[in-house]
Amino acid sequence: MTVEPAEKLLAPVLSAFWDDPRSWTLDTYRRHEGYQALTKALAMAPDDVIAYVKDSGLRGRGGAGFPTGMKWQFIPQGDGKPHYLVVNADESEPGTCKDIPLLFANPHSLIEGIVIACWAIRSHHAFIYLRGETVPVLRRLHEAVREAYAAGYLGKNIKGSGFDLELTVHAGAGAYICGEETALLDSLEGRRGQPRLRPPFPAVEGLYACPTVVNNVESIASVPAIINRGKEWFRSMGSEKSPGFTLYSLSGHVARPGQYEGPLGITLRQLLEMGGGMRPGHRLKFWTPGGSSTPMFTDEHLDVPLDYEGVGAAGSMLGTKALQCFDETTCVVRAVTRWTEFYAHESCGKCTPCREGTYWLVQLLRDIEAGKGRPEDLDKLNDIADNINGKSFCALGDGAAAPIFSSLKYFRAEYEEHIAGKGCPFDPARSTAWADKSRTEVNA
Amino acid sequence: MSAEVSLGIPEMPAPDYPADVRARLETDAREVIARYPGSRSALLPLLHLVQSEEGYVTRTGIRFCAEMLDLTTAEVTAVATFYTMYRRKPSGDYQVGVCTNTLCAVMGGDAIFDELKQHLGVGNDETTADGKVTLEHIECNAACDYAPVVMVNWEFFDNQTPESAKALVDDLIAGREVRPTRGAPLCGYKETARILAGFPDEREGAVEASGGAGPASLAGLKLHRGEAAGARVVPQRAESPAGEGAGYGPVSPAEHASSHDAPQQSAVSDPDNPAGPVTEEDGE
Repeated sequence: MTVEPAEKLLAPVLSAFWDDPRSWTLDTYRRHEGYQALTKALAMAPDDVIAYVKDSGLRGRGGAGFPTGMKWQFIPQGDGKPHYLVVNADESEPGTCKDIPLLFANPHSLIEGIVIACWAIRSHHAFIYLRGETVPVLRRLHEAVREAYAAGYLGKNIKGSGFDLELTVHAGAGAYICGEETALLDSLEGRRGQPRLRPPFPAVEGLYACPTVVNNVESIASVPAIINRGKEWFRSMGSEKSPGFTLYSLSGHVARPGQYEGPLGITLRQLLEMGGGMRPGHRLKFWTPGGSSTPMFTDEHLDVPLDYEGVGAAGSMLGTKALQCFDETTCVVRAVTRWTEFYAHESCGKCTPCREGTYWLVQLLRDIEAGKGRPEDLDKLNDIADNINGKSFCALGDGAAAPIFSSLKYFRAEYEEHIAGKGCPFDPARSTAWADKSRTEVNA
Repeated sequence: MSAEVSLGIPEMPAPDYPADVRARLETDAREVIARYPGSRSALLPLLHLVQSEEGYVTRTGIRFCAEMLDLTTAEVTAVATFYTMYRRKPSGDYQVGVCTNTLCAVMGGDAIFDELKQHLGVGNDETTADGKVTLEHIECNAACDYAPVVMVNWEFFDNQTPESAKALVDDLIAGREVRPTRGAPLCGYKETARILAGFPDEREGAVEASGGAGPASLAGLKLHRGEAAGARVVPQRAESPAGEGAGYGPVSPAEHASSHDAPQQSAVSDPDNPAGPVTEEDGE
């Protein structure tokens, strides 16, 4: 049987020149077709740009997978109000680590995408809301925006088109909830980051109650390549409903964690194959397809196509394509307890089911992990998660319920083992990155 | 925060900054406010700015933000207490944050955090007596492919061990120059806060420090170029459709040595299993 090496499936686009010694600079970006798409877009009517992106089939890379072009189309035109583009660079979903390396190595792809998007939706002021805890990225964004202004890609009369655009880089201050688009808008308005009731949706009343598009970094950064190389090229990758390329982030107990850019629909088996598999001598136990808020999978799901439909059909969500892989040394109860502590910490407190529910989940889980759980606690966990899921303004509560439901589905016996055995049967030392190495190696 | 409960007479208004400090901060604040269509949007950056002056958000800083934006101090306090990056008490020059969210914790973050607590003699969100290091555990910092991760003043220290983390804090305390894996040579907490307020890092070489991308970020790219080993995956299950119908190469059954009947059995304990995934099969 002739089998193409798995790595031939990869298709680096956004990451294509990240190994250039000065990959973040305008010079490097220009040497790799940088800002060529902008010239093409500015020669098109704004509505044609929207239609083109819509036809490409690009879907949001921030988790929900909403068609990007459709989001742009929802912006009412001729309404006399200012329009805004806000880029969500608040990447904080546990496991998610694609936008931060993208912005560190190739910030101009985002800036070019921003100018094109703003031309399309008739916006003259855009914002990048970057999580504050990533100063190296902030530094490069400051520099890239400065370079773009100096080169005439931002500011007044961009490249002689008569189009004006201001771009503000805004650093957040530490709050997972600000990755939720309406909480992000409240935060950008200088308030506590709490989600808003919808409708009205941001496309109608977003930033300062004006029509606003909120897009993920990777979504906007993908636009220049689509315009420049064509929607047919983009559609030649992935599937009919999930076309194009994307960044998959492999982490955890794998031999070679990192970013793997390829067509949508690749499987974890293929990614592991090219990534060298699990760490030597261990096997996959459970994993998340798109961050901790997406129901976990097991080794039964290695061949699920990692696109929006494939992962959905298997009972989870593609999310941010954050593939956190845990091997057989890892205690599921410990993992879920820690994620739940995270959701309890990050719940903004606005909605009672999420605020109170996550608190009580933590109490129960800590008891179970410490061997103080009771058999009826498992149904109670499920019941509380059910009372959070779908019952709050935003999806944080749903995210908190996902690891509970899915871990009870696949690993109920392990919870029972903690209860019956009055303690955790796992040794956390065996899960560490250095567990299988000698002490001398560790010190190197 | 271990706040004392104050009853009775409300606190007197906070004192203002000295005139020269106030004038300098006002100039900065106006520059920040001018970046936004609505002035209140400047509140988060202004809170970073007042941290760059005093190292934490003081009552004076809150008063300053309120006056610059025509808000009440209660409105500013409500925001300042919502976000974890705003400190509410004097803290160290170096904020050392150990990621203890699930993936980093499992990969060793818990062990690193415990080791640092012991080594420094401080607990979570506490500062060493010399005022150098504040230790805290942090949530996922978007660097999971470099786990376990430690952040110092929000620069990345990737792939840490208890030993490397101890050496790191020893260097910080001794005043030796410390360079992150990804990011610029460390500056103090106040200087970092100024960058967060939106004032670019003016230090020579700060932007280019540590190069284009970290090694894990390049994993897929290097493979695609044939520059790294393309080793074989440890077989996961005996039966699998192996992506049939998706147009991807099927996995040969011969590669599936372990039994799906034994999901908890590790590959290393399975005599039929090939040794390990990272092998000699280079550059396919």
